[in-house]
Amino acid sequence: MTTGFDAERIRKDFPVLSRELPGGRPLVYLDSANSAQKPTRVVEAMREHMAMHYSNVGRAMHALGAESTEAYEAARDKIAAFVGAPSREEIVFTKNASEALNLVAYSFGNRTNDDPRFRMGPGDEIVISEMEHHSNIVPWQMLAQRTGATLRWFGVTDEGRLDLGNLEELVNERTKIVSIVHQSNVLGTVNPVERVLARVRQVGALMMLDASQSVPHQAVDVAALGVDFLAFTGHKVVGPSGVGVLWGRGELLDAMPPFLGGGEMIEAVWMDRSTYAPAPHKFEAGTPPIVEAVGLGAAVDYLSEIGLDAVARHERELTAYALEALADVPGLKVVGPRDLDMRGGTVSFTLEGIHPHDVGQILDDEFGVAVRVGHHCARPLHLRFGIPATTRASFYLYTVPAEIDALVRGLHHVRKVFA
Amino acid sequence: MIAESMYQELILEHYKHPQGRGLRDPYDAEVHHVNPTCGDEITMRVKLGDGGKVEDVSYDGQGCSISQAAASVLYELTEGSTVDETLAVVEEFTRLMQSRGQIEGDEEVLGDAVAFAGVSKYPARVKCALLAWMAYKDAVMRSSK
Repeated sequence: MTTGFDAERIRKDFPVLSRELPGGRPLVYLDSANSAQKPTRVVEAMREHMAMHYSNVGRAMHALGAESTEAYEAARDKIAAFVGAPSREEIVFTKNASEALNLVAYSFGNRTNDDPRFRMGPGDEIVISEMEHHSNIVPWQMLAQRTGATLRWFGVTDEGRLDLGNLEELVNERTKIVSIVHQSNVLGTVNPVERVLARVRQVGALMMLDASQSVPHQAVDVAALGVDFLAFTGHKVVGPSGVGVLWGRGELLDAMPPFLGGGEMIEAVWMDRSTYAPAPHKFEAGTPPIVEAVGLGAAVDYLSEIGLDAVARHERELTAYALEALADVPGLKVVGPRDLDMRGGTVSFTLEGIHPHDVGQILDDEFGVAVRVGHHCARPLHLRFGIPATTRASFYLYTVPAEIDALVRGLHHVRKVFA
Repeated sequence: MIAESMYQELILEHYKHPQGRGLRDPYDAEVHHVNPTCGDEITMRVKLGDGGKVEDVSYDGQGCSISQAAASVLYELTEGSTVDETLAVVEEFTRLMQSRGQIEGDEEVLGDAVAFAGVSKYPARVKCALLAWMAYKDAVMRSSK
């Protein structure tokens, strides 16, 4: 097959893809939903900043301080443009997507926040879904425990779609926040944001998207989506680990209390009280991930040049190819949509009678095929399907069809070992 | 072909045909152990008799071939043994698993369990092999109280 996308050329940008594993195995990296590999451009941008321009940001009154601050803030500009944020002040650098989600959850039911949209107590409701990553479950459980609010969730259909059958009842006048995943890290399902958001707006609630798995793979425009908050992480967008992003509507960020207190997030400090810097700095206590932000800026530049629409088309063709090829493996059952409609390049499956850990071990040891096995931090979703674990293959811009062939060959061998 | 050394025929045999599986009564103690990183779990019951004799070890659980085969091998080993004898084997098995492939294991002590030697080279899988054995140790301690 050909995708009309020069993935072979793109692979040259990622040094790790040409390395061999011990025993002379080629690397077949099908674990990008877990973490993506990094192009030379990102590595070089970070090396260059660390070697030649590094200093702390926002406070050092010297040349390096200025250069470092400029690079850090330039990364904010790049990311704002990348996700279509109306204002650069709406981009908050966090440690990862989990921190971004926790930051927003912390704003509710907080005595220091008297904005009625964030008031929360017994009788109020929080809505998530059964297909969430633990990072979009646990912060809301903690919020419900703290405030006495009720945590509710959308179910998932047998096909792995969000069950909107009870949308009207589930999202109601008691709902304060709906936080769902944009693209499932297990099923590959892309959720219908528009339909959910329409109901959220009817009842006057707020809506957050966990976009960790969508921002790397499709053009995401926060203004067009129309939600209130969106979180993603740097390391899945060919950027480094240690940096994540929260986008929030400016007037909401202004209304929210700080999450972590410390240096750089203040305006003035007395012994008994402080006033805070405006967003985004209000949410960036302490020395931020400077070099990581610079790397993330280089990463979104790299992806923008290739074009997210082209990446999405490439992954769509790979997914079609993979779904067809996997269908020929006896005993293999895909968990998630089997059609390409509203679906990304993440394919999870079970192999009858063989535990995913055994599948992953043999794929890695004998074929150099890196997949993820387990519950992928989405245990409730696996419980929903009555399975303890799945094997997950995930694709990205540098994935080529030959790697899917290697996966399928590997799976046939796994079946032989356990026959 | 590295994995071949982990998936010994004996391990695959125990995985496909587990011995002593299923929870039985009576029992003195029941424990439930999980491996949070991979979701493997085991429920284990132990019934002790006079003179420190192990009368029955019964278990149920789910997980990979390594964790399930290890439970089956453990069951066979405890049949007709005393607590002291089995705990000595548990100790040797633990030592083997934590050796990162540096020791071969004493077959005299371990019996069939020596087949798991290859697993010790895979740090991520060592806890799979140890799951049932640690559950057993825990259950025996609770039974003796």
